[in-house]
Amino acid sequence: MAKRKTPMLDELEKGRWPSFVSDIKQEAEAREKTKVDLQTPREACDDLLGLMELSYEDKVGHWKHGGIVGVFGYGGGVIGRYCDQPEQFPGIRDFHTMRVNQPSSYFYTTEYLRQVCELWERRGSGLTNMHGSTGDIILLGTTTPQLEEVFWELTHNLKQDLGGSGSNLRTPNCCIGKARCEYACYDTQHLCHSLTMEYQDELHRPAFPYKFKFKFDGCPNGCVASIARADMSVIGTWRDDIRIDQEAVGAYVGGEFKPNAGAHSGRDWGPFDIEKEVIDLCPTHCMAWDGNKLKINNKECIRCMHCIDTMPRALRIGKDTGASILFGAKAPILEGAQMSTLTIPFMKVEEPYDEIKELIEKVWDWWAEEGRNRERLGELMQRQGFGKFLEVCGLKADPRMIHEPRSNPYIFWKEEDVAGGWERDIKEFRKKHQK
Amino acid sequence: MGYDPSNPMKDRITDVGPRNYEEFLPPIIKRNFGKWLYHEILEPGVLVHVSETGEKVYTVRVGGCRLMSVQHIREICDIADKHCDGHVRWTTRNNVEFMVDDEAKLKPLMEDLEKRKFAGGSNKFPRGGTGAGLTNIVHTQGWIHCHTPAIDASGVVKCVMDELYDDFQNMRFPAQVRISLACCLNMCGAVHCSDIAILGIHRKPPMVDHENLGNMCEIPLAVAACPTGAIKPATVDGKKSVAVNNERCMFCGNCFTMCPSMPLADEEGSGVAILVGGKLSNRIKPPMFSKVVVPFLPNEPPRWPQTVLAIKKILYTYMEDARKYERLGNWAERIGWERFFEKTGLPFTAHLIDDYRFAYTTWRTSTQFKF
Ligand code: HEM
Ligand code: HEM
Ligand code: HEM
Ligand code: HEM
Ligand code: SF4
Ligand code: SF4
Ligand code: SF4
Ligand code: SF4
Repeated sequence: MAKRKTPMLDELEKGRWPSFVSDIKQEAEAREKTKVDLQTPREACDDLLGLMELSYEDKVGHWKHGGIVGVFGYGGGVIGRYCDQPEQFPGIRDFHTMRVNQPSSYFYTTEYLRQVCELWERRGSGLTNMHGSTGDIILLGTTTPQLEEVFWELTHNLKQDLGGSGSNLRTPNCCIGKARCEYACYDTQHLCHSLTMEYQDELHRPAFPYKFKFKFDGCPNGCVASIARADMSVIGTWRDDIRIDQEAVGAYVGGEFKPNAGAHSGRDWGPFDIEKEVIDLCPTHCMAWDGNKLKINNKECIRCMHCIDTMPRALRIGKDTGASILFGAKAPILEGAQMSTLTIPFMKVEEPYDEIKELIEKVWDWWAEEGRNRERLGELMQRQGFGKFLEVCGLKADPRMIHEPRSNPYIFWKEEDVAGGWERDIKEFRKKHQK
Repeated sequence: MGYDPSNPMKDRITDVGPRNYEEFLPPIIKRNFGKWLYHEILEPGVLVHVSETGEKVYTVRVGGCRLMSVQHIREICDIADKHCDGHVRWTTRNNVEFMVDDEAKLKPLMEDLEKRKFAGGSNKFPRGGTGAGLTNIVHTQGWIHCHTPAIDASGVVKCVMDELYDDFQNMRFPAQVRISLACCLNMCGAVHCSDIAILGIHRKPPMVDHENLGNMCEIPLAVAACPTGAIKPATVDGKKSVAVNNERCMFCGNCFTMCPSMPLADEEGSGVAILVGGKLSNRIKPPMFSKVVVPFLPNEPPRWPQTVLAIKKILYTYMEDARKYERLGNWAERIGWERFFEKTGLPFTAHLIDDYRFAYTTWRTSTQFKF
C-alpha cells in the first residue's frame, strides 16, 4: 500500500501507455517489503510520489536550486538535488543523480543490468532513467554518504565509470551503426568508445570554458541527432557511387519489395511509383528511370539518403566511406540556437583515429584559450568568425562550408594581403587631392 | 573490503570509462557486424535485418517510459533471459529492443510482452515505434528532479502518449513523427529539432531575493547570464543585489540557473509552448529548427487537456494533408505558414513573430503570400 494519498498522480495510472506512476508505486511497495539491507530511506519512492503530488497541486516544482556534490578525484558525474520540503518528505531530503557512462549504443547483458539493479536498490532509490538524453544511465536519487560507496562498487565490482557533467567533455554517444544497420558508413560504436577512453581526463575533470559534446551518426539519417545535439558532430558518408542492384529496382517497381522497407504500410498510398516517390523527390534531380534501368549521376548527388531509405534492398551506400565533421551545435542561450556547421566535408575514419584526434585537440586548444566563461564552441565560432576557426583547424576555405556567400560587403582583409599595407600618409594624399 | 571514508584515496579506481560494448553484443550481431544487407519492417514494432551471410535478426521494439524502477528493469531482464539469451538494448529515443535470431522465437516473445500490464492497467511493453508512425517522446526531468522546470515532463508525456497510443502502434503518417519535450528553455534533449516539441516557458520576470542575493550569487555571472541585458547590479537597502528591467525580460530563466536568488516559476505564469517543423535527418531537405506555433497553454495537471488537444490538431491535420515522405516542417513550408494556421485552426498572435536580434530574416520580405 502506498503511504501517501496521490489522487492526481493516480489519474496517470489509467490509459494504455506504460505508467511511470504505477512503476514507482511498484518500487515503493517492493522497498516496503524487501529484506535487502537498504542504505537509503525505505520510503524514498513514497516521498517522491508525495512531492510530485504536491507539485501537481501547486503547479510548480519543489527542488532547491543546484547542489554541489561529487566523488573525490572527479569534478563531475553527480547532480546534487535537495527537496524544498524536507520535513514533509524526509526520504528525499537529499536525492542526488549519478550519471553512469553507458556502453556504446546501449547493448546490455542481463547479467550486467542485474548487477546495476542490485547496487542501486541497496544504495539508491531504485529509480533510474534509461537513459539521459546525452546517453548516460541515470541513477535517480541517493543520499550524500552513498555517493562514494556507489562509486566504489561501480568501479571495483562492475568495472564501470561515471559519465560527465559540468564544464567538460560530456558522455559521448552514437547510433547503432554497423551493429545492426546497413547504412553505417563507419564504425560509430568503436569510434565512440575509443574517443571516450582517450579523453577520460577531459570527461571527469572540468577544464573547459563550458560543456562540450561528441556525437556519432553512421549516416546522414542522424539517428543520434548529432547535428543538433553535439558541439562536434561526426556523420558518416561516402564519396564514390551508390551501388545499384537493377534487378532489385525492378522488384520494387513490380511491387515485390515494399518501399521504405514497409514503413508506410499502415495506409494505402497506392502502388509504388518510382518516378513520383524517388526520381521526382531527389533534391538534386540527379536520378533517371527509363522504365528499365535506374541511373544516378553520382557527381551531382548530395547523399541525402532518400533513395536508399526508400529502396534499401536495391540501393546501397558507396564503398569509399568516411565521415563529414561539423562543429558548433548549441541552444539559444546566450547568442541564439545553432546547428553544427560543416567543417570537414570528408575524412576517412580509420583506427587509431589519429587524424580526428589531432583535429579535436586543435579545436580544444583554441577554445580553451579564447573561449569566455560559459561560451559554447558555437558561440566562439560566431564571435571570432568561421574564417578564424578554419585557420585554427589548419583548413582551407571551401564552398561546401556555406549555404551561400555573404550578401553584405563588410569584408575584413589582412594587412599583408593588401598591396602597400595600411600605413599611409595623408600628406602624400593631399599632393594629388586638394582640400 | 570497501570504501574507507577515513582514507578516501586508498585503492580508488578512476578513468576506466564505460564497459566495452563488445562484451554486450548478442552473438548474431557480433557475427554479422558491418555485414548487413537490408532490413524490413514486418509489422509495427517488428524489424528484420538480413546479413550477407544469410543470417537474420528479428527485433521487437517496445515503448519504455524512460523513468523506470529496478523492478521494471529486472522484468526486462527476465524477458531477455527467457527469449533472447540474456541480451537487450535501448534506443536513442528510450525504447527497448529485444532481438531474436530465429523467426520461430518471435511469436512467443511478442505474446509474452503483450500480456504484461501494470497494476493500474497500463501496458508495460507496448509494441511499436517503427516506420512512418509515432515513436517515443524524448523528454527531461520535470518536477521529478529539476529546479528550473516550467512544466512537468513524465506526466505530460504520459498524457500525450495515451491519446496518441494507436499511432505508436501504427504506420499511417506521411513520414515519421518525432515529438519531444523539455520542461524549460535549457532543453535537455531534442526539442529544437523535432516535428512537434512541447516546451516549458515562464511569463513572469524573476523575483529578486535582495536579502540573500549578495551572499548566494556571483553578481557579474547573473548579469552576464541575461540574453537581453535586462539585469544590472544594484544596491537595495544597503545590500548588494541586482535590478531586473521587467520590460526587457523575456522570462528565459537563465539568470536563475546562475543565481538561486532569482526564482521565476509560477502557478499561473508558467506553462506550455508548442513548436513544430524541426527535423534533423538530411533526407530530401536539410535539417531544420522547430518554430513556435502556440505561445502559451496553462499547466493543467494531471492530464494537460489543452496541450494534448493542440498536438492532436496539428498531428492529424498534417496526416490528412501532407504528401508521402513529407516531414511536418516540409509540409508547413510547402503550403505556407498562413495555410498551416488556417488548416490547424491555431490562432496566430504577435507572440509568434520573432523579435530577437536578427529576427528580420524571419519576416516576409516578398509579396508572395496566399489569401
Ligand atoms: C539542475 C538542473 C538540471 C538537471 C537536473 C538536468 C538534467 C539533465 C539530465 C539528466 C540530462 C541527461 C544527461 C545524460 O544523459 O548524461 C541532461 C542533459 C542535458 N542538459 Fe540538463 N539538467 C539541468 C540543467 C541544465 C542546464 C542549466 C542546461 C543548459 C544551460 C542543460 C542543458 C542540457 C542539455 C543541452 C542536455 C543534453 C541534451 C542532449 O545530449 O541531447 N541542463 N540534463
Ligand atoms: C536502416 C535504417 C535505419 C535504422 C536501422 C535506424 C535505426 C534507428 C533507431 C534504432 C532509432 C531509435 C528509434 C526509436 O527508439 O524509436 C532511430 C532513431 C532515429 N532515426 Fe533511424 N534508423 C534508420 C533509418 C532512418 C531514416 C531513414 C531516418 C530519417 C529519414 C532516420 C532518422 C532517425 C531519427 C531522426 C531518429 C531519432 C533520433 C533521436 O532523436 O533520438 N532513421 N533510428
Ligand atoms: C527554433 C528554435 C530553436 C532551435 C532550432 C534550437 C536548437 C537548439 C540546439 C540544436 C541545441 C543544442 C542541444 C545540445 O546542446 O545538445 C539547443 C539547446 C538549447 N536551447 Fe534551443 N533551439 C531553439 C529554441 C530555443 C529557445 C526559444 C530557447 C530559449 C529561449 C532555447 C534554449 C536552449 C538552451 C538553453 C539549450 C541548451 C543550452 C546549451 O547547452 O547550449 N532554444 N537548442
Ligand atoms: C539584388 C540586388 C539589387 C537589385 C535587384 C537592385 C535593383 C535595382 C533597381 C531595379 C533599381 C531601379 C533602377 C532604375 O531606377 O532604373 C535600383 C536602384 C538603385 N539601387 Fe539597386 N539593386 C540591387 C542591389 C543594390 C545594392 C547592393 C545597392 C547599394 C549598395 C543598390 C543601390 C541602388 C541605388 C542607390 C539605386 C537608386 C535608387 C534611387 O534612385 O532611389 N542596389 N536597384
Ligand atoms: S544514423 Fe544512419 S547508420 Fe546510424 S542507425 Fe541511423 S540510419 Fe543507421
Ligand atoms: S541520395 Fe539523395 S541526392 Fe543522392 S541520388 Fe539519392 S535521392 Fe538523390
Ligand atoms: S529541460 Fe530544464 S527543467 Fe527540464 S531537466 Fe533540463 S534543465 Fe531541468
Ligand atoms: S529571466 Fe532571462 S531575460 Fe529575464 S532577467 Fe533573467 S536572464 Fe534576463
